[in-house]
This record gives sequence, C-alpha cells and structure tokens, in this order.
Amino acid sequence: MTNPIEDIHASEVILITGSNTTENHPVLSAYVKRAVEFKGAKLIVVDPRKITMTKHAALWLRPKLGTDVAWINGFLHVILKEKLHAEKYCAERTVGLEEVAELVKKYTPEYVEEISGIPAADLVAAARMYASAPAASILYCMGITQHACGTDNVKSLANLAMLCGNLGVRGGGVNPLRGQNNVQGACDMGGLPNVYTGYQPVSKEDVRKKFEEAWGRPLSPNNGLTVTQMFPLAHEKKIKALYIVGENPMVSDPDLTHAKHCLEALDFLVVQDIFLTETAKLADVVLPSACFAEKDGTFSNTERKVQRVRKAVTPPGEAKDDWWILAQVATRMGYAMDYAGPEQIMEEIGRVTPSYCGINFSRIEREGIHWPCPNTDHPGTPCLHVDKFTCGLGVFHAIEWTPPAETPDAEYPLYLTTGRVLYQYHTGTMTMKSEGLNEKAPECFVEVAQADAERLGVADGEKVRVASRRGEITARAKVGGMVEAGTVFLPFHFAEAAANTLTNTALDPVSKIPEFKVCAVRMEKAA
Amino acid sequence: MEKKNIILLNGKETAFEPGETILDAARRNHVDIPTLCHLKGAASTGACRVCVVEVEGAGTLLAACSTFAAPGMVVRTESPKVVQSRKATIELLLASGNHNCAVRGGDGVDWTAFQLGVQAMDKTEALCPVWGDCRLQELAYKYQVNGERYPKNDTCYPVEEVNPFIVRDFSRCILCGRCAQACNQIQVNNAISFGSRGAEHKIIADGDFPLATAECVFCGECVQACPVGALTEKKVRYRHRPWEVKKVRTTCSYCGVGCQLELHVKDNTIVKVQGADIAPNHGSLCVKGRFGYDFVGHPDRLTKPLIKENGKHREAGWDEALDLVAKKLSEIKAAHGPDSMGVLTSARITNEENYVAQKFARAVLGTNNVDHCARL
Repeated sequence: MTNPIEDIHASEVILITGSNTTENHPVLSAYVKRAVEFKGAKLIVVDPRKITMTKHAALWLRPKLGTDVAWINGFLHVILKEKLHAEKYCAERTVGLEEVAELVKKYTPEYVEEISGIPAADLVAAARMYASAPAASILYCMGITQHACGTDNVKSLANLAMLCGNLGVRGGGVNPLRGQNNVQGACDMGGLPNVYTGYQPVSKEDVRKKFEEAWGRPLSPNNGLTVTQMFPLAHEKKIKALYIVGENPMVSDPDLTHAKHCLEALDFLVVQDIFLTETAKLADVVLPSACFAEKDGTFSNTERKVQRVRKAVTPPGEAKDDWWILAQVATRMGYAMDYAGPEQIMEEIGRVTPSYCGINFSRIEREGIHWPCPNTDHPGTPCLHVDKFTCGLGVFHAIEWTPPAETPDAEYPLYLTTGRVLYQYHTGTMTMKSEGLNEKAPECFVEVAQADAERLGVADGEKVRVASRRGEITARAKVGGMVEAGTVFLPFHFAEAAANTLTNTALDPVSKIPEFKVCAVRMEKAA
Repeated sequence: MEKKNIILLNGKETAFEPGETILDAARRNHVDIPTLCHLKGAASTGACRVCVVEVEGAGTLLAACSTFAAPGMVVRTESPKVVQSRKATIELLLASGNHNCAVRGGDGVDWTAFQLGVQAMDKTEALCPVWGDCRLQELAYKYQVNGERYPKNDTCYPVEEVNPFIVRDFSRCILCGRCAQACNQIQVNNAISFGSRGAEHKIIADGDFPLATAECVFCGECVQACPVGALTEKKVRYRHRPWEVKKVRTTCSYCGVGCQLELHVKDNTIVKVQGADIAPNHGSLCVKGRFGYDFVGHPDRLTKPLIKENGKHREAGWDEALDLVAKKLSEIKAAHGPDSMGVLTSARITNEENYVAQKFARAVLGTNNVDHCARL
C-alpha cells in the first residue's frame, strides 16, 4: 500500500475493485465500513460479483470479467473531458499525461459500456464521484492483478490516482491488499528472481558487487525464473531440483494436472512445511518446520509495516525453524551459515538493505515501523510519494484494453472466476484443521446465476460438473445473485475439487502472474 | 479572566483537550473512573451508570463517559455520593440475571444451597464460565457489594450453542450494549442489536435468531467486548483460568493486514486468541485470526524429517535428511549447473527466513531462480 491502513478513515471517496474485502481482509474492511457509515466517506465498488461491500456502496459498477483497463480508461476519459483532474499536480509531478489523454479519447462511456457492460451513465457518475474528492483511496486485490493484463490493470489504476492528485496525500493512494501474512516481506527480502532485498536489481553491477562482498561468493548477474516459468521447465527436464518452503503449489497453481506432471518430472524435490501437504506428498525429502506461533522474527504487512512475530509455544516433535533448516543445508554444502537467531539475521538484512536499514528488534518491540526506514533515527514512512514520487516524476502509461487470453465460445460458453471465502484460507493447510471453520465452509461450491441454473436444469445444492480445456471438477451449485448470468465463481481452497484444475496458465508478460480470474468453462448437472 | 481548559479533578488541576469527555481527561491523567458499558472506538451511551461522577453545580450525578469536560468544572470521582450510586447500580446489575459467582450472596440461604439453586436454574453443572474474568464481579469486589439487596430476576433463557464458536447465555446478560456496539460500530457487521422492550428486553440477531442463521460472520468482536459471561468462546469455556495463561503478543499468520494478536498460552498450548489493542487492528480480529488456531498443535503436524524410498515416505533423523539434501543438491549443481535448480521461498515464513532462503539460492546454489507464491 502507498498509504497506511489508518488512512482509510481520512478518505472521502474509496474505490474498491477486485477485492472481496469483507471475506479476504475482514479487519481492513471494517475501516472502510466505518469510514462510510460514520465518517461520511462514499464508496464505489467495481466488481463482477455482488460482494458484501456492495451493500455499503454509493455506486456499484459490475464489469464483465477482464475489462478493467477499459473502465479505468473510461474514468480517465470522463475526468479529462470534464476537466476534473488535478491540473497543477499533473503538471508539476508527473510526465506522460498527453499520450494518455490522446489514447483515452476513444474510451467514451458508450464505448466502455460496449466492452464492459457498465451503463454509460453509471460510469460517468462514478468517475465524477472519484474525481470530486480531495482525497480518494483505491483499494485493490487479486481481481485486478491475476490477469494476463494484470500489470496493465495496476498501471491504469495508478494513472487514475495520479490524474486526480491522490498519491502522496493522506486518505489517498493506490493500495494493493496483500493476501498472505508475509507476501510483502517475502518480496522485500528478495524472494523474487530479479532482485535482492529491498528491490535491488540482480542485474546491476554495483548492487551485485555489494552482495558478493557481503556474502563472500560470486553471484549470478542473470535474472532468474519465476515459479510460473520454473514449472514448465521442470517438465522439459531443464529444471532438475526444486526446494519448496511453506508453499502448496499442488492446490494454488493454475492447471494442476500439468503442475503435478512438472513436479513429478524433477530429479529431486525437497519440501519444507508444517503439514504433509498435497505438494509435500510428492517430495523426495520432507523437512518439518515450526509455524508462526513457534518462532521469533518479523512479518511485513500490506502497509509495509515490519512487525514482530514471537515464539509462544515450542514446535512439535523435532520440527525446526525454517531459517535453521536452510542454514544447516547451506553449511553442509560448504557455505557456513551460523546465525545465532533471527535478531542477528535482521541485523544483516539492515546492513545490505537501505529501506530496512533503520529497523531492528528493539525499535519494533512495542509497535512496528513502515519501511523505507533508512536509519535508526528515522520514524519510518507510512505514506509514500509525499511531495515527490520515490522515482522522481510520476509516469503515466497509455494503455489499450486487451481481452482476456481465453473467452467463452460454443464449447466452453461460461466465464469462470476464482477467489477465497471468509472461513478458509488459501490452500486450506491451516484452516482445514479447524472443525469450526470447516463447519462453516465444509466443501467446494460453484456460484451460479439463477438464469444459468434454470437453463441447465440445476437446483440450488445439486452437484454440477464444471469443465475447462484443462480438466474438470464436481461441486455443489450455489444458485443466487452473486454472479451475473454467463459467469460462475469457484473458491480455490479445496484440493478435492480444486478450482485450479480448470484455470488457465496464460501469464502476464511482465509480472508472470497467471490469469486465475478469467477462463472459459462449461457446466452440466452431474449424473 | 481567561478560561483555560482545566478542570479540578479530585482537587487536582487537570488539563483537558477540547472535545474530551471527563472520562477521556481522567484516563489520560491516570485517574481511574470505572466503566462497564463504555467501549473504545464506539459512541458513548451512558447506559450503565457505573462511571457517574459528581460535578459541582449539576443537579444529578453525571456519566463521565458522555459528559464533556468544560473549563472550571469541579469533578469528584469517588465521593460518598458517587460510591453510593455505583453500589446501587452494581447491586441492580447483579440482581438482573444469573450472576452466580460468590459475590452474589446467598439471599439468606447457605452457600451450598445457593449454588445448587443457581446451577439448577442455569441448567448447568458449572459456575459462571467467566468467574474471575468478569468486569461486573470485579466491580462488585471493588465496591464490596453483593446481590442480596434486590430480588433476582428469574427470566431464564436457553443457552444458545448452535454454532461452532460462540456460546450465548442471556441469563447472564446485563444489557450493557457493548456487543451491539462492537458489531455495529467497530466491525460494522450489523448482525446484532437491542430487540424487544420491557422485561423481555434482550440482544437479538436479526429477528431474534441464533447467530448461525443470522448475518453473523463470527469475528468474535462481541465476545471480546462482553464484560460478563453472556458471550463466551465455546472452546475456551471451563478450560483454563485467566491468571494461569501467559500472553504473547505476535502478528497474525493469515492475510496481509498484520493484526496484532495476544496468544494465551497454557502448558505449551494456545488456549485462546484475543486482538491486541494497537494498530492496525485495535483489538479487532476476524474469524480465522480469532478461532483458526487449531492447526498449531494439530496431531497431523510434521514432527520428523521424511525420506521417500520406493515411493513411500519413512521417518528419518535430521542428520540423515540434511546430509541427503546437501548431497543431492551438490550433485545436481555439479552435473547440470546452478540454474538447473530453483527455490520457492514463502509468503508464510518470516522476513529473516525469507532472507536466508534467497541467500541460500543465490550464494549457495548459485542461481537467481528464487520466487514465492506472491502471484498465486
């Protein structure tokens, strides 16, 4: 997030898109609901599903799947045409607006309606509402990013925020809601193929030199592979070994049948986890690790705040901290890693990472600190881009809408989109151990619109078979108004009816994220 | 004379900020005014009358939670009049329902007969589930009152247990309204409210249904707000005493909001989770953060390294497993080069562990093939 969570209370307009906030970020959703119900904020929801947040919304726009760039360009069109944009801000702090202004000329509300199905008048009203606020916040999640054009979607939202001067101000911002406790931290720590810690590029020579010196080993100057690239290469026998820590791609990856073939093609697979997950079952060696309540360390949350994790109980049996296991393997491979513990590791992180330099355990004993925090006297940076963008001038990107990689046809006539439910979490490794949570969300279901259900002769609660070009699953139909006719929704938690058996492996060319949010399926009553 | 923002609080000049209530100003200056219905972050209702104070010139005692401080106010927080009023309020609350702790006296009968009586009415074998962890009991202790003075309200409700997380027992409800405020003003789930009027006045979910069939999303904010034994956690009732647990502050391991948790630990087991009153959650949690901790001590946890032989996993010691991993990775590196290997680190493990994982990939294996599930 560019802005801290608490800023939501200072927003006058909040635009939520591609985030089922009450189910996936419930405590953060309460900030939005309080802002709307008690502090006079107006909420715009842009989402294909009738999520709970729509009940609190002043305006709800329901786009067809995969049409985000179109409606955002439509917003830009209306705002520029009606001169509602922050002219001075754009002139002083940004570049590239002219190209964008030229491109969005054709994205008239009527043209956007053709693409997205959003009524032209609603689009105009929403654009005006967003532009009218002194501070408007954009909250988004995987509904924006998990597309073959995910990067374009995010850049388009940044265009919108910059156009109205909403970056670097309290209550504003472009705020991705991170779905996993430490996905922010995993990125910050260089758990990515192209950057070391703090997003320092592996391809930059001075950066590489610094790390070679710090670590005492020559390092590769070449960008590595993303997980979505490693799997197919495993299938081609070019990747021979994978070491997987705390992750369950056998439920979370697209096209699971293919993913399984990829893992089975490996010469050697190590999985380090807390349970024998679907992925661990395939491993040559499984290493038992400690869970969050059994170890010390830090997580970085969605607002870039580095917070303490503390050991409350001892790990079961011989399970060990993940850092200890990795350090042991390293040492046995001839590279000594003899850390005394997490606090010492954090000191090393600070030494090689400018944005974490001022963060240490004693400073965050009571409350966390938002990075960037360049030195130990620095209070941290809750809000990014104040007065000036981190990279200098804010860059507008002129972006054309492109359709999703797979759209319905005669054979697979329905759109499928996927997501999570409140009572389960990701691949269910943790939540499915709770009887209470399982009682509330025991099995997979498929949301179907009334009209589609009638057409297919399916009643609420009946089993249906959902098939895509990649596989098929069976689940109970949940007939109602959550999805529009022509679209079905599946939660992806449930291994025994895994939505990702169906999803498409089409990737965004920049971020390499798979297009989980759109693919084509057909559905029929299960025999 | 210039009017300064100062009140005389128990004889001491005390500064207040404009817009502060007497309670706010007192708390900021470390003067304890007891409260019961007051809920941080929600509008003051002045409903319970426990926080009344004496303000010179006012005709009646005023609720500190809903009276704004004004320049020159002379406030007494524990005057005889205040104490007398609080005692009466607490006595009435004790008599309003089934408060079968020792504080509520015997109504003239002996202790055993009294306990048997309340337990029979309770339809339970046990004492109040929050005995020793109850705000009303604390106040009764502080002001040394018992429930003998007023006849006890015998309105009896069945205990609602038809959901996996929360037990509702209206016979112990004092109608302070904190649960409804927590639901409607803090979490804004709008699942519960005051329903019915008069003697049958009670908290209801939707049109007085069990929580399981109402709008409730089981965030448990109401349970954390309940000052008595009306709302309790099913898994926590009668399992441990509050003073037996060690509380450990940590960060939730579900979504990326980073809620601060208090893990309550007894005998190396997490027995309860509460939201810590600090940013970003200020005490709030969701159903997963509050109730989804069973996985931690679950019997299916991996406890020993496993090595696959002939298609089956067998248990192994750490040395054997680690040596095997090191040997195999070294062999593959030598035969096929560093870029034939990859590491998937994790969005679940700590920063420190992620740092070590990518360092392992880059410095030890020698490849930048390191990624994690951010996209998935």
